Amino acid sequence: MLEIRNLHVSVDDKPILHGLDLAVQAGEVHAVMGPNGSGKSTLAQVLAGRDSFTVTRGEVRYLGRDLLALPPEERAREGIFLAFQYPVEIPGVANIYLLKSALNALRKHRGEAELDAMDFLALVRDRLKLMGMDEALLYRPVNQGFSGGEKKRNEILQMALLEPKLAILDETDSGLDIDALKVVADGIESMRSPQRAIILVTHYQRLLDYVVPDRVHVLSHGRIALSGGPGLAQELERRGYAWVDEMQIAAPGPGTTGETAS
Amino acid sequence: MNAPLSATRRDACHHFLDEFRRIRDTLPGRQRPWLAHLRDQAMQRFMEMGFPTLRSEDWKYTSVAPIENGLFTLAACTSAVIDRSAIGALALPGAHLVVFVDGRHVPDLSRTDALPDGATLTSLAVLLERNPRGLAAQLGHVDDYPSAFAALNAACMTDGVCVHLARGTRLEAPIHLLFVTTSDKLAVHTRNLIVAEPDSCATIVEHHVGTGTTSCFTNTVTDIALAERARIVHHKLQQENTRSCHVAAINAQLAAESRFASTSFALGAALARADIRVALDGAGAECTLDGLYLPDGRRHIDHHTRIDHNQPRCTSRELYKGVLDGAGRGVFNGRLVVHPGAQKSDAAQTNRNLLLSELAEIDTKPQLEIWADDVKCSHAATVGQLDADQVFYLRSRGLDDATARALLTYAFAAEMIQRVELPSLRQHLDGLIRTRLPQSLEALP
Ligand SMILES: Nc1ncnc2c1ncn2[C@@H]1O[C@H](COP(=O)(O)OP(=O)(O)O)[C@@H](O)[C@H]1O
Ligand SMILES: [Mg+2]
Repeated sequence: MLEIRNLHVSVDDKPILHGLDLAVQAGEVHAVMGPNGSGKSTLAQVLAGRDSFTVTRGEVRYLGRDLLALPPEERAREGIFLAFQYPVEIPGVANIYLLKSALNALRKHRGEAELDAMDFLALVRDRLKLMGMDEALLYRPVNQGFSGGEKKRNEILQMALLEPKLAILDETDSGLDIDALKVVADGIESMRSPQRAIILVTHYQRLLDYVVPDRVHVLSHGRIALSGGPGLAQELERRGYAWVDEMQIAAPGPGTTGETAS
Repeated sequence: MNAPLSATRRDACHHFLDEFRRIRDTLPGRQRPWLAHLRDQAMQRFMEMGFPTLRSEDWKYTSVAPIENGLFTLAACTSAVIDRSAIGALALPGAHLVVFVDGRHVPDLSRTDALPDGATLTSLAVLLERNPRGLAAQLGHVDDYPSAFAALNAACMTDGVCVHLARGTRLEAPIHLLFVTTSDKLAVHTRNLIVAEPDSCATIVEHHVGTGTTSCFTNTVTDIALAERARIVHHKLQQENTRSCHVAAINAQLAAESRFASTSFALGAALARADIRVALDGAGAECTLDGLYLPDGRRHIDHHTRIDHNQPRCTSRELYKGVLDGAGRGVFNGRLVVHPGAQKSDAAQTNRNLLLSELAEIDTKPQLEIWADDVKCSHAATVGQLDADQVFYLRSRGLDDATARALLTYAFAAEMIQRVELPSLRQHLDGLIRTRLPQSLEALP
């Protein structure tokens, strides 16, 4: 579904990603882990089409197409969804208005009729319940005055409504208390499907206790330094990220990715 | 360089003097010597002051050249015929409606029979003829006119509305004053006098609209006097074409514990200027000044507000927002004066501007003068573009770039509409804002 080859990304001429490779198939859940500042959000934002990052080399193919050639809205309509690490507040725009506009933009793109108000509300209510969210949040401005946890839930609510083919969740687990984490994890888990791929970007292994990934990748110094099965997350938790760097020094080499047994 | 300019200005003043002399003996109340004298004196004052120049501090960013060069004519009455359905489309449902066409009251198009006892509404032209006691005092002294435009207005005023709310009178429905201009090259001078006796309460919509593509100059003055505990909400709505000019003054005087709320929604003209002055003259008086200006194309919109805290324990709140597109130009000058002895004054002023194009321009200036020590005063002014994070967030949800920008622009402006309590006006304003968006938005759910 997604294939990233030798991706190099800079911001303001400062290289952040250099030579990142990653392949994700439909039905898979991948975790991308790494220390703060390793470029996880950069990767997520580049995949969603943020233009403040410059791709200097490499390519990204999504469902056989050149992803980087598409503007962000086209990517969204083609089924890519990014849950933001820092969801943006939009004063003056009601949450429900955004949800409806987003869903209808997708439906229109797929040649489907727009949902009428009743059907739409029924659908949103169903997803709200899944996320344990209060209906009042629908009528508040997008993310404005939401608590940290409410913002993260709101991202997953949008995902549950838009039913993407490829979901990229950028630290959706951070800042959540244990109850909220459980709700969010259940929401993600319920989205698991043979037609869908999910990339969980996370700093901690916590979320992965609830949503067990098929593959775990460690991002370090702008590339995937290490890939493995779910056990890699626990190993990282035990040994810390410095361990990955030590392994890199021990076995350097362009384009090599270390493998550990899972 | 200066010589030809001032010659033009002198010519422009003389043009209005000639026009004034031409129609002087046809103006309402011409048979009253005191009024004829007032008009002459006012005209003389106008000639002395002359049109303001860019050198004048209050007109630094606003050139009145479109007025000087417009060769506008004066007329005591109008022969214009206006379509009833055109008025119907503009009238706010449920409001008491007072229609003025080219500066003259048209009773036929108005609808004021549902006004309750205690509320009287008379055309100024009728009052000038009738000459009731106290009218001269209400029109004020020539020396007190704050600007050349105010003096010109007093000399040339043809009509306007006089509203009197007796003690304790509370209007449920708003009064909609609809000023429509139709005749090409016409200068319209209207004067409105609103008097709210103690404990009275009303909402007044002053709505100036041009029709078609005719070039008009409106010079209007509205005086509002609020007695103790009176409440007046005054909405001003200005929508004229790019060949027209609009100069407006609103002067409100507030007695103790009274409350005045003013909003100014300006869609602009070649030149639109509004001076809003509020005198907090009684302890515990409160005012709220809201404004939204939307210059695009080559429109120019200038707001000068002035709030005088003359007495203790008064509160003023001011929020003005601007959306500037094309080569539109905006000016906001918010002056706040806290006079000695006005202790416990509480004042906050905010001006926020959204620049949508490289050619659009805004000059914003807060002017705080504080002569008392136990006061709470704040001000803030911002000028910025649409937030890139917000645009990206919306696009990442499938909204195209133009829709995302239109939505964010709408949201910025709509805040000012949501503050309007009158649903019919909110709806009207909402429609107007949408016409100024670069892209149409589907109806809100
Ligand atoms: N907009 C930006 N401008 C400048 N530097 C940036 C920007 N975004 C990210 N960076 C830098 O890129 C690096 C990677 O950041 P980020 O992708 O946010 O890491 P992570 O999500 O893994 O914590 C950091 O050094 C960060 O400071
Ligand atoms: Mg991050």
